[in-house]
Amino acid sequence: MTSETLKHHDAHAEGHEHHDAGATTVFGFWVYIMSDCVLFATLFAVFAVLGTSYAGGPTGQELFDLSFVLIETFVLLASSFTIGLATLAMHRGDKAKTQQWLLLTVILGALFVALEIYEFHHLVGIGATWQTSAFLSAYFTLVGTHGLHVTSGVIWGLVLLIQIGKKGLVATNVTRLSCLSLFWHFLHIIWICVFTIVYLTGVL
Amino acid sequence: MFGKLSLDAIPYHEPIIMVTVGLIVLGGLAVVGGLTYFRKWGYLWNEWLTTVDHKKIGVMYILVAFVMLIRGFADAIMMRTQQAIASGGAEGYLPPHHYDQIFTAHGVIMIFFMAMPFMIGLMNIVVPLQIGARDVAFPFLNSVSFWFTAMSVVLINISLAVGEFAQTGWLAYPPLSGIQYSPGVGVDYWIWALQISGIGTLLTGVNFFVTILKMRAPGMSLMKMPVFTWTALCTNVLIIASFPILTVTVALLTLDRYMGMNFFTNELGGNQMMYVNLIWAWGHPEVYILVLPAFGIFAEVTATFCKKRLFGYTSLVYATIAITVLSFIVWLHHFFTMGAGANVNAFFGIATMIIAIPTGVKIFNWLFTMYQGRIEFSVPMLWTLGFLVTFTIGGMTGVMLAIPGADYVLHNSLFLIAHFHNVIIGGVVFGYLAGFSYWFPKVFGFKLNEKLGKAAFWCWCIGFFVAFMPLYALGFMGMTRRVSTYDNPDWHIPLVIAAIGAVIILCGILCQFAQLFVSIKDRKKNLDLTGDPWGGRTLEWSISSPAPFYNFAETPVVHERDAFWDMKEKGTAYKRPAKYQPIHMPRYTGAGVIIALFSLVMGFALVWHIWWMVVVGFLGMVITFIARTFNYDIDYYVPAEEVEQTENQHFKNLEKQA
Amino acid sequence: MSGQQHHDVHTGADHGTLRSYIVGLVLSVILTVIPFALVMAGGLSKGVLLAVIMVLAVVQIVIQVIYFLHMNSKSEGGWNLITLWFTILIVGILVVGSLWIMHHLNHNVMIAG
Repeated sequence: MTSETLKHHDAHAEGHEHHDAGATTVFGFWVYIMSDCVLFATLFAVFAVLGTSYAGGPTGQELFDLSFVLIETFVLLASSFTIGLATLAMHRGDKAKTQQWLLLTVILGALFVALEIYEFHHLVGIGATWQTSAFLSAYFTLVGTHGLHVTSGVIWGLVLLIQIGKKGLVATNVTRLSCLSLFWHFLHIIWICVFTIVYLTGVL
Repeated sequence: MFGKLSLDAIPYHEPIIMVTVGLIVLGGLAVVGGLTYFRKWGYLWNEWLTTVDHKKIGVMYILVAFVMLIRGFADAIMMRTQQAIASGGAEGYLPPHHYDQIFTAHGVIMIFFMAMPFMIGLMNIVVPLQIGARDVAFPFLNSVSFWFTAMSVVLINISLAVGEFAQTGWLAYPPLSGIQYSPGVGVDYWIWALQISGIGTLLTGVNFFVTILKMRAPGMSLMKMPVFTWTALCTNVLIIASFPILTVTVALLTLDRYMGMNFFTNELGGNQMMYVNLIWAWGHPEVYILVLPAFGIFAEVTATFCKKRLFGYTSLVYATIAITVLSFIVWLHHFFTMGAGANVNAFFGIATMIIAIPTGVKIFNWLFTMYQGRIEFSVPMLWTLGFLVTFTIGGMTGVMLAIPGADYVLHNSLFLIAHFHNVIIGGVVFGYLAGFSYWFPKVFGFKLNEKLGKAAFWCWCIGFFVAFMPLYALGFMGMTRRVSTYDNPDWHIPLVIAAIGAVIILCGILCQFAQLFVSIKDRKKNLDLTGDPWGGRTLEWSISSPAPFYNFAETPVVHERDAFWDMKEKGTAYKRPAKYQPIHMPRYTGAGVIIALFSLVMGFALVWHIWWMVVVGFLGMVITFIARTFNYDIDYYVPAEEVEQTENQHFKNLEKQA
Repeated sequence: MSGQQHHDVHTGADHGTLRSYIVGLVLSVILTVIPFALVMAGGLSKGVLLAVIMVLAVVQIVIQVIYFLHMNSKSEGGWNLITLWFTILIVGILVVGSLWIMHHLNHNVMIAG
């Protein structure tokens, strides 16, 4: 295309029916999530192989506080539920409720990240750092990668809140919230694997 | 302020490097000067840097691939020269520190920055045209992917002038690549170049997977897809499933180096064998990521130039799918000698031999397509014939290496080097070059010079055998890979022969560039006015050459495999629609190139530990991306009149031709 | 299977209902509390506990895939499910394969676990 044609075509297609494009985007995002599964699987494989290489350092049994992990789990599970409610409100076309549930989801997500940071801070404080042993390297990396994913989800949610505020529930925003909710549910599914394989198995 | 970076990082004392850098800088200045003098900056920005057109992005990928082919080949010929002269106590002209960087750079560049961009470039150009689509599923993402790849290429080339490159071999095994044994920045350049290009590749994988599944013309069921599209689909499945493994593996090495973690260290429970395990869990699928599209190209070329339907389409598709799955259960054959024991080695040895079966099926597909066909010995067909011979030999030496007992003798010897060059040059490079001359007219509207194309083929093919057959022998003679000097006089003569082979390949590359030059000069004589220069079978040949930016004025309807051939047979090809419709297209955007530029800033800063600049680069990327999401005006309509004008020109050309 | 097929919904997948989310939430809470309680209470042998918590995790994942992600064989013409199964296959190969290989390697080079 020449730049001239670009200038001539100012009649843009914002009002265009994005029906198919939206479905394609969500499917594309699903495929990305599948690749993210492999990313986490690799980290789990590393944890499974190195998870008992304590190198004389502390073990999971000495470090993990299960009741704290249970609180983290419930916070994340609750956020996975609220983002579901946000998408339900969105499909009803209820902008205010969509924003409220999305905001609650973002707050719960941020709370989860805060709890995790507290936990890491506590571990480092008692001398169990990522440099201590291969086990702790694998632990911090796996759990931290999940935390980074949640953090990016929180930022995404905040941006989307602004965009829904500005533009309302237009097709593009509907697609984005659908993707975000897939992402959020996926992160909780990964967390199920984390608490089972890292924490519960770790204290056995 | 500048982390580890100081003026000492520039290798003034190495004349070879400084001359190369000087030439690159001069070349760069010449380009900048030319652009300014001819006032082409606006054109460059508006037409290329901001483009989301898959054809232009494909052209840029292949341009990058050719530039990196020169760089990677320069490394190759330097190694061959060094080994040809550094015999019997002679030091040669490359000190080990430099030699080690060269073999590392050669491998990394040829795989990540030559073969991958070439493959993705061909896929960009061809796939949407073959499936009757106007663009890929996510055009903006496509631009981001390309620019990540391009910027990682820039980063790896900066390592030439500022600092050093890794001296670890192309896969950077720890503990050698750990901070203890590689304290310099070489491995860090390797890490960040791979991570940046890796993101680009993963996004490409998702993009094309979705494109192929969701954007096909009506009527094109999976089993009516052209074979190249099929192989591209499987390649993208492999990218999606394997590149995250690479990302994680390299990230863990990064954490070891930057944060003192202990994944692959010698102390505190680290385990280097896990790195080798993981990197090959990606590395083996990667081999098939490269070669499957080449298989697809050979299938298209064979069918076209034998004027026959492809023999055994279904079996070829299932063979491709079988390879896709099997490629995930053979990775241990890259480290039989690490000592997993008889049971594990036996499993992976047998799995490796099994994967030769679907590959063999394909060889017969091509042979039987040629059987009783009217073979036209055009340049793409020559590459295909050369491939059949070369690749089969390489495949057979591969099966030899798949026997764990034999591998214990041959591992890391030049036999292995000969084997994988045999399949990668004979399969991948020949395939991409076949695709290059096959689809060139579709992109630029004129054919490439046949004579020079044939000369290039013969130089490559003969040069390959002269360069690599001696390496098989040297492997048996006990020569290991990656040595810069040796004292066994028996190795000298085969290495001199190999060097001569490299020079013959150089002639092939020169012919290739001469071909481009001559073809562009004589383009008026070789114009492709019909859009169907070879008597093609698939949809890309049904539109004009060069393809209009919107590809298809009207979405084609597919009834048969080889859809365009079917239309020509039934006389439904080249039909004017009753009325042209406006076409919905994505707008160009500069966000992709800006995001990638910030990634380059971040990558460079990470290499040199310039933390404030890391923050700038990272925030720049994130903020640019978020800002882009606030732009809801990302598409427009091409008016029907303009489509009609463009199409009328094509029909006029067709009439002229008839 | 062609790209032109139409979907009833924007996202290709079902939206789910309030009921499905509540069912999913309640089941998830139960399936979270049981393994935590079992492990925190102790008593059972390590092998049994390990098996139980693994099974419960798998069950909870399946529950969430159905009730939160609304995955079924129809969404996106079945491609959502096909890609999911393929991913599970690759994940299985990667994790099990790595464990198998590394176990043998560690054994043979005498690295203590």
